Amino acid sequence: MAGVNGLAATPDLAMLLGLIAAWLLVGVSGLLQPHRIGWVAHILFPVGALIALGVAIVGALTVVDGFVTQSTVLPLGLPDLPFHVRLDPLSGFFLLLLGSAGTGISVFSAGYFRSGEGTAPGLLCLQYHVFLASMATVILADDAYLFMVAWETMALSSYFLVTTQHRLPDIRRAGFLYLLMAHVGALGLLLCFGVLHGGSWQMTFDAMRGATLAPAWASIAFLLALFGFGAKAGLVPLHVWLPEAHPAAPSPVSAMMSGLMLKTAIYGLLRVSWDLLHVGPWWWGLLTLALGLGTALYGVIFATAQTDMKRLLAYSSIENIGLIVAGIGLALVCRSFDMRVLAALALAAVLIHALNHALFKSLLFLATGSVMHATGERSLGKLGGLIQRMPWVAALALIGSLAIAGLPPLNGFVSEWLLLQAFLQTPQIPHAFLNMIVPLGAAVVSLTAALAGYVMVKFYGVIFLGQPRESELREAHDAGWLERAGLLWLALGCVLIGLFPQVALDGVGHVTQLLIGTTVQRGPSAWWMTPMASNHASYSGLWLWVGMVVVVGITVALMRRFYHGQVRRTAPWNCGYPWRTPRMQDTAEGFGQPIRHLFGPIFRIEREMPAPTDAEPRYRIDIQDRFWHTFYVPLAQLVRRTAEGLTILQGGRLPIYLLYSFLTLVFLLVCVL
Amino acid sequence: MMAMSYAWQVGECLLAIALAPLFVGWVTQCRAWLQNRSAPVLWQPYRVLRKLFHKDAALATHASWLFRGAPYAVFATMVVAAAIVPSITTDLPLARVADAIALVGLFATGRVIIALAAMDIGTAFGSLGARREMMIGFLTEPALLMVLFNAFLMFGSTALPTIVANTLTQPHIVLHASLAFAGVAFVMVLLAENARLPIDNPSTHLELTMIHEAMVLEYSACHLALIEWASWLKLFNYACIGFALFVPWGIALQDASPWGFGLAIVMLGVKLVVAGAALALLETVSAKLRLFRAPEFLTMAFLLAVLGLLVHLLLEV
Amino acid sequence: MTSISFANQVLQVLAGALLLISFAMLAERRSRRLVILLVCQGAVLFVSTALVAATAHLTHLFYSAALTLILKVGVLPWILLRLLRQLGIERDNEPLLNLPTLMLVGIGLVIFAFGLAQPVSALATTVLRRTLGIALAVILLAFLMILARRKAFTQVIGFLALENGLFFAATSTTYGMPMVVELGIALDVLVGVFIFGVFFFHIREQFDSLDLRHLESLKED
Repeated sequence: MAGVNGLAATPDLAMLLGLIAAWLLVGVSGLLQPHRIGWVAHILFPVGALIALGVAIVGALTVVDGFVTQSTVLPLGLPDLPFHVRLDPLSGFFLLLLGSAGTGISVFSAGYFRSGEGTAPGLLCLQYHVFLASMATVILADDAYLFMVAWETMALSSYFLVTTQHRLPDIRRAGFLYLLMAHVGALGLLLCFGVLHGGSWQMTFDAMRGATLAPAWASIAFLLALFGFGAKAGLVPLHVWLPEAHPAAPSPVSAMMSGLMLKTAIYGLLRVSWDLLHVGPWWWGLLTLALGLGTALYGVIFATAQTDMKRLLAYSSIENIGLIVAGIGLALVCRSFDMRVLAALALAAVLIHALNHALFKSLLFLATGSVMHATGERSLGKLGGLIQRMPWVAALALIGSLAIAGLPPLNGFVSEWLLLQAFLQTPQIPHAFLNMIVPLGAAVVSLTAALAGYVMVKFYGVIFLGQPRESELREAHDAGWLERAGLLWLALGCVLIGLFPQVALDGVGHVTQLLIGTTVQRGPSAWWMTPMASNHASYSGLWLWVGMVVVVGITVALMRRFYHGQVRRTAPWNCGYPWRTPRMQDTAEGFGQPIRHLFGPIFRIEREMPAPTDAEPRYRIDIQDRFWHTFYVPLAQLVRRTAEGLTILQGGRLPIYLLYSFLTLVFLLVCVL
Repeated sequence: MMAMSYAWQVGECLLAIALAPLFVGWVTQCRAWLQNRSAPVLWQPYRVLRKLFHKDAALATHASWLFRGAPYAVFATMVVAAAIVPSITTDLPLARVADAIALVGLFATGRVIIALAAMDIGTAFGSLGARREMMIGFLTEPALLMVLFNAFLMFGSTALPTIVANTLTQPHIVLHASLAFAGVAFVMVLLAENARLPIDNPSTHLELTMIHEAMVLEYSACHLALIEWASWLKLFNYACIGFALFVPWGIALQDASPWGFGLAIVMLGVKLVVAGAALALLETVSAKLRLFRAPEFLTMAFLLAVLGLLVHLLLEV
Repeated sequence: MTSISFANQVLQVLAGALLLISFAMLAERRSRRLVILLVCQGAVLFVSTALVAATAHLTHLFYSAALTLILKVGVLPWILLRLLRQLGIERDNEPLLNLPTLMLVGIGLVIFAFGLAQPVSALATTVLRRTLGIALAVILLAFLMILARRKAFTQVIGFLALENGLFFAATSTTYGMPMVVELGIALDVLVGVFIFGVFFFHIREQFDSLDLRHLESLKED
């Protein structure tokens, strides 16, 4: 068989396929004893984590010097439609992302899932590992057929995971919305691939790379890809499913969807717009940039107003996807003006940010899972003060929060810095309007990043700091050791990329080499990151960290030596106001108030104010997405009305239906004539 | 040569730590004079520090490790920033650790840490201060970034030593409209970031109007001393960034003689005296804005910086 | 750009100042300060015209500079301030849009103007011609100011600022218009302001206010 010989020649690819098969095997093993939690949690999930680690390692091997793209044809699939798979640095990088974040999530899941609620553990294990395997297959696929099969498997398995608690009507509704949006998006992709083959009817990506499309068709393909992948990634206005589905799912699943599945959409967008399509006009890039920046700003503004911690994180995911897409847009603009180094810089920022987001967003979603297990609450208004009861989770979530807020020396800052450096060069774009409009994008990026800081202060401050808002919180317990290990793994990733960004930049260089034919400068020294030129701009997370540690060390030592005062514990000062309850702290609503005030027109706010005479004053505020009411509700009504109109055709009598068939047959025959 | 530059690195850092309270003392003194009040002595901030370092610290019963650690962390961010900003010489081994954009990130780290610490005790004032501080922060960051954009377009670098060296090695002084815009924008950002007057009143004790003070209400003694020192250092650092961007004359270049370093220190002193007086004057003639007028003020700063960018693209390319 | 002379650098800074003043007028709430800003604009215009005249050795530009000084820094503001005193309008007038949004729209206009002017400035040999974009932006911003305010007095100021922009465009691209045209415009503006002044009194007598919303009720339904 050609396939077997091909596999022998492509060891990395063969290993990956083996790992994917192993995932499926682990999933099926869950069905052997579907109700024994010990078997599933303590054996299968750790094995799954090991496989994920393997995927990460093989993925990492593709972004080192000397790797050659491997591809082969599998003897699977339909007759005459075999599966093509291919491993190049782009897919390798996303496998690294999938594997490294997946390892942490699987380890955490081993300690997280318990029996007795919703889907049986064994079945959950099957869905979970099928989900992982289908994501890896999407990334490896080298023809439209396998890509779509894996894409749909991914959507379905994640749908079942979202509706784990399927007895709750809210969750069923969220799951349905998710499935609907996933399919609308998939339809766009199907059409996109239909355009891309360029009349050759060859569905392999190789044929698509070779096809030459008319400019109008290329633009249509690009727009369809943007729509299809945008629906999966959560680009505004296709984001509505995201804040519903993420909170509905169990936390590890939210982490996988937000951290990993959204990235497969980014992968797809990169694959289509950079690899399959050729250089396009600049408005592709400008459109993508504008959509991305709009999404980022929209997401972060809504995140500030949320009161449910998982919804808050879901909106923050929208924001991060927006930043990533904006980076892709910037790179596309630069590519159309043949500014390759700049495009490579923007792409590097995109890729590193995708990896970063996979790490810190998974970390935070998992942390909310631990909080929910410990307290049974996910409303921010009922949490607080958990840093005392859950020191481990609090410390690790702090790392995640600081990283996602884009603060040095952690990893979120690295990608933000690279993106801003790319924006700095944009006034050189040789176009009279673009060279003035595009640089303003940097202001939106920094506004978004600063607002992300706001969101994270709110998230962390309201959950972990202050005093417990409910008395039951005092009985909360810290997470188990497996959960801690999972969180620790992800936090370690955040810290390491933050301290050694140049390593990540080197790895990403291989991907940009593939996509645009050039890399970002390595810089003369291994200690600094100098993407443009050494005197242009430089950054070193490690030295920043060392500097801060040294200063803290010296300060502490001096204080120990020379400070003779006592530190005593008393009641808080609070401006001398003695009477004080946990209810006097800022609520989540209160903390978001300045943003609601400033960006008022964006929100749809329903407010219930207490009257001065109320014995038990109640304040309620409900914040809704404007898109839902201005776009989706009318659309749904339109569909409904059309459907009602069509019911006339449904006479309910058999001869009528036969008549329809007969007429159709006659019509088709006429057409053929 | 290497040893010299490391020595200057440490020296500059220590000088910043030592001078920052003096600078604040000078501003306070000038303000008092301008407002016809009798002024406190110049070294009043040192006295405050000494007093605070001699007191027993009171800590709320349920304060966490984050609350105790925050003063050290904030102080460290500001000291590291002081080590990076070229105030006396451009020959700093550590200056390459962070360019101007990374410095903005470093300041943001300090801000987030102190805001988190403010929420730790769980009093109404703490979280009120935290959310106001974060609001001002997100408004200033785009403006500051646009100022840096101007500098980048002008000098082709965001590394402060390179910017300074580029200006100093130009044969004659060139007037730049764009840099003038950026300069005004920078001053507005400086006022907002350092809790100075149109946005926040550094000497207020009225709880409802405070921003910075509301966040540090729960700190006392040595912790409060560190936080105050850090905020003075922040003002000092901002002033030095302003000098490096707009009036770098006097800063010693890589191959400067010992006299050059001496001159640099003298020039730094002169610039600080002038800048402090100007700051005091600005604060005296402006009234505190309502909190929700702050966005207008900072949009103006943003606008100025963007105008600088556009004017540069139109006129000076 | 290193070779441009000091005079040209000053001209650029003045052009920048003109733009800045336009934005300040857009943001200003008080009528009296608006007049003062108009004076500043006139003064900047005077200095720049005089500087151009001196560097290009064009005597007729000196005359227009003098005209600017007398008319825009002297006579018109005096009339306007008198009007203000007599009409007693010293209250704030809020713009129709909130300020940050107005500023952002203003930035959009500046980008539009500069984008239009960029091809021209790329061809330009003199630095002067590059300031065409700024002149265009000043004109558009003055228009925006007229659009965004509802008080009649502010609109007159906007109209005068618009004229300043036109004047600047003329000096920067073609070293000024012929003297006859310039005198004619100057006279027009002067007479225009007088007529506006008369109108103000009539409007106020009729409606007790200078708010233009009252004029909308004149329409027959």
